[in-house]
Amino acid sequence: MIPPRFEYHAPKTVGEAVALLGQLGPDAKLLAGGHSLLPMMKLRFAQPEHLIDINRIPELRGIREEGNTVVIGAMTVENDLISSPILQAKVPLLCEAAKLIADPQVRNRGTIGGDIAHGDPGNDHPALSIAIEASFVLEGPKGRRTVAADGFFLGTYMTLLEENEVMCEIRVPAFAPGTGSAYEKLKRKTGDWATAGCAVVIRKSGDQVSHVRIALTNVAPTALRAEAAEAALLGKPFNAANVQAAAAAAIAICDPAEDLRGDVEYKTAMSGEMVKRALNKAWSQCG
Amino acid sequence: MSKKLVTMSVNGKKEEKAVEPRTLLIHFLREELNLTGAHIGCETSHCGACTVDIDGRSVKACTHLAVQCEGSEVLTVEGLANKGVLHAVQEGFYKEHGLQCGFCTPGMLMRAYRFLQENPNPSEDEIRHGMSGNLCRCTGYQNIVKAVQYAAKKLQEPVAA
Repeated sequence: MIPPRFEYHAPKTVGEAVALLGQLGPDAKLLAGGHSLLPMMKLRFAQPEHLIDINRIPELRGIREEGNTVVIGAMTVENDLISSPILQAKVPLLCEAAKLIADPQVRNRGTIGGDIAHGDPGNDHPALSIAIEASFVLEGPKGRRTVAADGFFLGTYMTLLEENEVMCEIRVPAFAPGTGSAYEKLKRKTGDWATAGCAVVIRKSGDQVSHVRIALTNVAPTALRAEAAEAALLGKPFNAANVQAAAAAAIAICDPAEDLRGDVEYKTAMSGEMVKRALNKAWSQCG
Repeated sequence: MSKKLVTMSVNGKKEEKAVEPRTLLIHFLREELNLTGAHIGCETSHCGACTVDIDGRSVKACTHLAVQCEGSEVLTVEGLANKGVLHAVQEGFYKEHGLQCGFCTPGMLMRAYRFLQENPNPSEDEIRHGMSGNLCRCTGYQNIVKAVQYAAKKLQEPVAA
């Protein structure tokens, strides 16, 4: 399978990439890791006239700290998330979760920004971004703006990212001491998308839950923040009854599409199971 | 659509060709350079038969454009043996019967080659995860794991003076 013909552009700066997007208009697509776009082009689901390859823009790669915020370049690949000492210390959930994405070769190409900007509900970083309260820095012709992950995902393949914008950074608050986190992903095999997945970030005060974020992967047209599930736990003791109530609240917002991974009932039930597993695992890490 | 001139090193040899931007690296290697070691399997980045090394990282050549290799160093299975002496991973697959039909073998070898540099002394579980981007339709995984273990051991032996 060979992709349809296109013109290839390889800008060296974000400014050049934004200028190209403006000049070439809707016939142009950004090429990040290419592991979603190139397969879609082979199948003719996407036929851009121009590909703007943003792999040669050094400022889009790397992980650094700015005070209490971890700043991840949008073109940072999954394997570099896993091996980052900064993330291991400050946002370990991203390192653990990235190991569950695709396979070793694909993780050398697939980028965190591409995974988010693609807007595929099967991708893992959307729910993770919501759970870790990330925000995204987007650059367009009028400059940069920062948007929260919660609210960024509008529908399948639809996000707040405009056609003339480039995602530049993912900004994440460093986990406070004692934070527990987990990503539970049910999948059939290596490289598969989630049948259902759940990201949790949680903190405690005494035996009560003082902070909790719960987000779901691949059980609706977008990643979902399970706010009612959070409310079932926040300010309450962490016990089996409250965890069950949270899982029930999460199940209530699931709207999965039936496919070879399972029917609606199965995926919804598994979503509840992932919520329970992720909550229990994350809570066990709380200090 | 205009062709692009691309220059890369493949198995230590400088290659310069004008390619259509849509040319995938796997087709460039097989059809332009006649390096047919890397195989075209699933064409969807699942099976790993097309795995090559680009700038020290394992990549699936079916999901990578040749033009993206501008200035890169590419290593394919043809570049593994040194002057007719098999690389330790090749010897391991031979000694431990790490192949049946052999279709997946070039990708398995290239992944094993890189994996053992990332993790020179892996556990069996780490081998299975490290090789998880490569599928063997003969399901000969047991001997593939043994082959990688053989190579790991061999690569750690002190080099004879």
